[in-house]
Amino acid sequence: MEIKLEEIFQDKIDQEIKIEPRDWMPEKYRKTLLRQISQHAHSEIVGMLPEGNWITRAPNLRRKVALLAKVQDEAGHGLYLYSAAETLGMSRDEMLEELHSGKAKYSSIFNYPTLTWADMGAIGWLVDGAAIMNQVPLCRTSYGPYARAMVRVCKEESFHQRQGYEIMLTLTKGSEAQKAMAQDALNRWWWPSISMFGPNDDNSPNSAQSMKWKIKRFSNDELRQKFVDVTVAQAELLGLTIPDKDLKWNEERGHYDFGAINWDEFFQVVAGNGPCNKQRLKARVDAWENGAWVREAATAYAEKREAKANNQIEAA
Amino acid sequence: MSTKEWPLWEVFIRAKQGLNHKHVGSLHAADLQMAIENARDVYTRRMEGVSIWVVESKHIHASEPSEQEALFEPANDKIYRHPTFYNLPVELNHM
Repeated sequence: MEIKLEEIFQDKIDQEIKIEPRDWMPEKYRKTLLRQISQHAHSEIVGMLPEGNWITRAPNLRRKVALLAKVQDEAGHGLYLYSAAETLGMSRDEMLEELHSGKAKYSSIFNYPTLTWADMGAIGWLVDGAAIMNQVPLCRTSYGPYARAMVRVCKEESFHQRQGYEIMLTLTKGSEAQKAMAQDALNRWWWPSISMFGPNDDNSPNSAQSMKWKIKRFSNDELRQKFVDVTVAQAELLGLTIPDKDLKWNEERGHYDFGAINWDEFFQVVAGNGPCNKQRLKARVDAWENGAWVREAATAYAEKREAKANNQIEAA
Repeated sequence: MSTKEWPLWEVFIRAKQGLNHKHVGSLHAADLQMAIENARDVYTRRMEGVSIWVVESKHIHASEPSEQEALFEPANDKIYRHPTFYNLPVELNHM
């Protein structure tokens, strides 16, 4: 019976029919999606922290409203994604518990510090740029609620990258010190950004199954290559140098070749040993714990109002 | 310490006057007022709507996916419900 159901399921996937929450699905499909979507949601929420660091110190009001709006979008994106994940049968509180205990992961790039204002530019340009590269194909992912959430996310995300690039552009047209600040930000964010696509294909054991189920549409290396290919010209336009001496155009492949990624560092950061892992997690746990009384008070108020309404109905 | 999760609400937005409310997603809120306020922040940051409906998710009743055939297949062969089923002369321009 199970085999028959799996055949029907795969057949739907092959025909590009979306899977919806109450449809039958293999347990591993559900688990894979739950892990991926909740991890994605956590990344949006933790991703607010490095930028939150600069809201009060934005150089002018225009930059400040843009950064505020971007961070607010990220909160929204986290909420769309948590809702999508909940349709797979895990409660919001359970997901948060997994984040706070360190069991669930989030994108390791958010464990790097934001040292200067130029980092707001580099994050928007590179980190959001890499995220968009990843997210656009997810608008066609096989699970309906995830695909719908991603359509909303992608619609909103393109302003994020443009505002980041504009910050870089302004800095590179500024004083020598500002140019140096922009180059320094690129130097620090480049390698973590291209690591965001995850391990190389031959070292990414779950990828093949995810591709078969059309959760993923492109492999990690394909997306990384695409990102490098479009970003080189953008760096040239800024007059900045990508910090990779092996970066060069390969006529034969029709792509840029680039240097080896330091995967030791990547896995160290994933394992919790990046520069800001402890700080990021502490900020989330503190927010959750310090907000407990607000959640309780709101629940108590709602219960009281409902009881009052019920009494009035009885009295009438 | 209470650890009770706020209930889940489904959110429907009317994009502009004259259109129907359309399901856009869900969210958690302690009560209906908070549900509407949160829906405004989460789902209408870019003028996506002029009106919001929220319904507690537990009140939504759905058809079973396993009943899909029984419910919807019978409409398949009733092509006479469509205007193109009827053979009329071409001279009859607008009908």
